[in-house]
Amino acid sequence: MSTVANPTYRRRVGYQSGLLGGFALVAAALLVMGDIATRDAIAEREAEDLLASLQQVLPEDLHDNDLLANTIQLPATAAVVPEGSVTVYRALQGLDVTAVAFDVTGQGYAGPIHVLLGIGVDGRVLGARVLAHAETPGLGDKIEIGRDDWILSFDGRSLDDPQPARWAVEKDGGIFDQFSGATITPRAVVRAVKGGLELFEANRDALTASAVLTTDAARED
Amino acid sequence: MSKTETETPKTDWGRIAKDGTWDNNVVFAQSLALCPLLAVTGTATNGLGLGLASTFVLVMSGLMVSLLRGIITPEVRIPVFVLIIATLVTLVDLGMNAWMHDLHKVLGLFIPLIVTNCAILGRAESFASRNGVMASGFDGLMMGAGFTMVLVGLGAVREIIGSGTLFADASMLLGEGVHFLELTLIPDYRGFLLMILPPGGFIALGFLLAGKRLLDARQSTRMRLRAAPAAAEG
Repeated sequence: MSTVANPTYRRRVGYQSGLLGGFALVAAALLVMGDIATRDAIAEREAEDLLASLQQVLPEDLHDNDLLANTIQLPATAAVVPEGSVTVYRALQGLDVTAVAFDVTGQGYAGPIHVLLGIGVDGRVLGARVLAHAETPGLGDKIEIGRDDWILSFDGRSLDDPQPARWAVEKDGGIFDQFSGATITPRAVVRAVKGGLELFEANRDALTASAVLTTDAARED
Repeated sequence: MSKTETETPKTDWGRIAKDGTWDNNVVFAQSLALCPLLAVTGTATNGLGLGLASTFVLVMSGLMVSLLRGIITPEVRIPVFVLIIATLVTLVDLGMNAWMHDLHKVLGLFIPLIVTNCAILGRAESFASRNGVMASGFDGLMMGAGFTMVLVGLGAVREIIGSGTLFADASMLLGEGVHFLELTLIPDYRGFLLMILPPGGFIALGFLLAGKRLLDARQSTRMRLRAAPAAAEG
């Protein structure tokens, strides 16, 4: 090598484009390798996360099945479920459905708020947990269980408890607290949970039908 | 190559450290990286998280660019640097998600933001592409330290005024051992929304910048006063 910064061949277009193309190729190859090396581990971690959230909204003593295995798909009809179809996780006791859980989405202050909602067969909320949101830190993030107990105020509620008109934040004449400085966020969560309950009510028969047809015979013994 | 290296004076590590943390600080002196800075410094903990992740990428990109500086031509250097940095950030993101999942849940939000941090491209361009591997890595470390310092400082100011706490939820980032850091400075504080939102970031940053200028100005006056008698004698 010499101290000349730029030997002549390096000034050619061929070297330049080869260099850039080469780097792009190496970068792409590295990313593919990185993806392959981490894909399974990431999927596993995400399944663990989902299971951990599911266990918070579907109490342990209500089911004896693998929550991630016994899912059914429900077409997305209500405004509160993500487009396409919604995956419903079922808690089974033997073959009887004791509770279901699925994702509902509310429109928050800074984008969608994903709430995992657990509902018992009697139509009462077993638990709700915010899975993902982009609300203002320090204000809207009180909907997270790790920061505030607010989300627990849905436990045991159903569509007629409170009355439909009272299914709202206090500012709108409802029974649920809002946070100082943030009304849109709790309003969105309340709306999402109520929408989820309505979805459950509309599909109650399909959701709570015995799991005989969808569960493999191995479970029988 | 060998000739240039023998000619270059030995690396001035102290100079690099001082440049990175103060004189040529990413935010204070270069006013770079304001976008991620203002977005995440609502709390000191978030600032620390972004600072640590950025430092890691700064060091890695410094090492890589410095290693490859022999074959990269000036004409295509910018796209090549961008490729290196983006690849690094993506790999860090994937690796953390797979093997440090709990940390990723807290920091994951900030990692893609690092790509938007022009300070990293800036250091690749102005330092790593002209200096040795060790010096570039050290420069990345010091620049990262300076950036982290500002992030934590700004986050602390905004958090104290905005929500009355300091290092809230630090244990989510650093583990259970740091609960002592989590302080509630103003009990029953109702919060000051402006400071948590981006405008509050600009305001707090303005005061921090003014403070740094004030310190620098005072120091240079003192230096001049000290130099003056010596000059008179000479």
